[in-house]
Amino acid sequence: MIDGYARRVSSAARRGAAAQSRDRDWEGVRLHVVTGKGGTGKTTIAAALALALAAGGRRTLLVECEGRQGIARLFDAPPLPYAERKVAVAPENGMVYGLAIDPEEALLEYLELYYRAGRAGRALRKFGAIDFATTIAPGVRDVLLTGKAYEATRRKFSSRAARTAAAVPPSEYPDDYVYDAVVMDAPPTGRVARFLNVNAEVAGLARIGPVNKQAESIMRLIRSPQTVVHLVSLLEEMPVQETLDGIEELRSFDLPVGAVMVNRVHTSLLPSSALKGAAAGKLDVETLRQGLAAGGIKPDDDTVRGLAAEAHDHALQVSAQHRLLTKLKAAQRPMYQLPELDTDDIGRLYALASELAEQGAA
Amino acid sequence: MAAKTLDVDGLLADPATRVVVCCGSGGVGKTTLAAALGVRAAESGRRVVTLTIDPARRLAQSLGLTELDNTPRKVAGIKASRKAPGGELHAMMLDMKRTFDEIVEAHASPQKAAQILANPFYQSLSSSFAGTQEYMAMEKLGQLRKSDRWDLIVVDTPPSRSALDFLDAPGRLGRFLDGRFIRTLLVPAKAGGRGYAKVMQAGLGVMTGAMTRLLGAQLLTEVQTFVAAMDTMFGGLRERADATAKLLRAPGTAFVVVAAPEPDALREASYFVERLVEEDMPLAGVIMNRVHRTTVPQLSAGKALATAEALEGDGSQPSALAAGVLRTHAQRVQIQDSEQHKLAGFGLAHPKVRTTSAPAFAEDVHDLAGLRQLAAALCEG
Repeated sequence: MIDGYARRVSSAARRGAAAQSRDRDWEGVRLHVVTGKGGTGKTTIAAALALALAAGGRRTLLVECEGRQGIARLFDAPPLPYAERKVAVAPENGMVYGLAIDPEEALLEYLELYYRAGRAGRALRKFGAIDFATTIAPGVRDVLLTGKAYEATRRKFSSRAARTAAAVPPSEYPDDYVYDAVVMDAPPTGRVARFLNVNAEVAGLARIGPVNKQAESIMRLIRSPQTVVHLVSLLEEMPVQETLDGIEELRSFDLPVGAVMVNRVHTSLLPSSALKGAAAGKLDVETLRQGLAAGGIKPDDDTVRGLAAEAHDHALQVSAQHRLLTKLKAAQRPMYQLPELDTDDIGRLYALASELAEQGAA
Repeated sequence: MAAKTLDVDGLLADPATRVVVCCGSGGVGKTTLAAALGVRAAESGRRVVTLTIDPARRLAQSLGLTELDNTPRKVAGIKASRKAPGGELHAMMLDMKRTFDEIVEAHASPQKAAQILANPFYQSLSSSFAGTQEYMAMEKLGQLRKSDRWDLIVVDTPPSRSALDFLDAPGRLGRFLDGRFIRTLLVPAKAGGRGYAKVMQAGLGVMTGAMTRLLGAQLLTEVQTFVAAMDTMFGGLRERADATAKLLRAPGTAFVVVAAPEPDALREASYFVERLVEEDMPLAGVIMNRVHRTTVPQLSAGKALATAEALEGDGSQPSALAAGVLRTHAQRVQIQDSEQHKLAGFGLAHPKVRTTSAPAFAEDVHDLAGLRQLAAALCEG
């Protein structure tokens, strides 16, 4: 209890009252796992969430585990080594750190940290066991990735790991967590439940010993109210179906489902009165012709027909999106809608972060 | 765009083409395109099977099938052409565990097979560990090719963490089977002091000690039993892995990289292209999917936007409609321009790579008619 009280006081001091009074959906959550079908923009959304959660003097760690250097690319930073690095500053003195996990390094670090297995670790590498563990037996890879996220989430300033990681300046409150939240850019929706559940399987395989203990504690964190799994979707048939399937699978594994984050939502550019007709292919061509003429555009047949066809496509897309949005709502999870932004620069991340914050994600 | 066009019809109709591997990052419409290529080839008279590996039943949805499993099923509704009759399309989805089980059953005595199948390490390896999917996909491709029941196999590759995992899978399996680690694990299980075991004794002691500490003695015993049981079939597995690796490089195999005009997808496509070229894999070309095109090129985005703005002031219904339509047009032109810019960059980076493109459809392609339309657009480039 004393421990918890000290933490609250110190965190509040760092954050300031303004940020705390805001209504946020994920109060108490420390590990945000972000998944999504390939191509939905899950890495971008994970980065934006890390930024949003860092606002107001917080520290967040954004973890990537697919070896693509996506964080570095998004934040315009040089490739990340296997170390936690500051990658961005969030509004009101927030800090976002980034980490690209390398399974081989993570395994050696893990051996060293938990078993001080210096000599044995080298022997394992020499015998090809490290290579075996991280590439051939890919389950181990998942154990290491989730294990690292677990370690970072639970790390306090007073722990041994905090001294070795040393990316964050030391704090005068040793009982504070080093990171207020950890955001993990996780494997795609089709794989995420098994990925997160890998420790339950390992615990079943290695029924005793330190690996068992470690796996059990990771599962306890993942199944606790401190963890949520968010799903990034697009308003397209397949991603929506995969999101719904993913939610069901996560639930069947007893894993905590967070929000559905809908990326690239299009807004209708047509007047609402014309939308339905345009979607049905019955756009009032005569009215369009008059309007174009009034604006000084020569309404020849090619132009009018072409523009009507484009409006038809647009209306179809907007109404399909509307239908899919309704379908996603059936999952009854908090939902955030993020606009399509046609810029590629870092400003986009801040824009998405403020959208997320406004809608209550952070 | 690059100067050279990928002739999709030519590729599919060529009797020498026996395997088409569709690869690319997730979300570019790879599965749908693989199905579309299957439909096109079948309707030009070939006996085609498409293999999808994705657990999300995407191909099933695309083909309007309710069930896909390790057995190829005939797709109804393929239109035989008068010029080239006899075409058929079959579709199947990889059952990774079943495929692995079948290999075990084919290579071990019934008693040994039962022992392996019951081993918890095997069960976990064959059903839930990532990466197994890639091995099994390539294994299944090898089986389909060997059966010779098909003129053409179209493979959709798994949505791997690393887009290239499936290329590495056979080689990695081979390395694994030859690995010192496996050999070392085998030693304690094969009681009796072989010569090389003595030499390794010192290192072995340290290693077994570390493994026991880490995993618990019980798991180590289970792994050793598993490896010992698998030992008899290593030779067979190794041969299969080698054969599959060869098949991917053989004449008759063509790789098609699927991309979309977005930075991430193009970057992944570049990796693929470079890697395939580097490894001497037969790259047929790149398909740029979901490319936006305007139907009114004579009207610029700038003019459309300026006119829309002027019209919005007057409040009449025709003006409001025209303004909305013009804004829609401007958005499309802007998307088209930005995509063309990115595609031009890709073309400059890979001047020798043949490309073709397919348009972005307003709605998802989800039936045979849609697949047919997509394939036709692709063949027109």
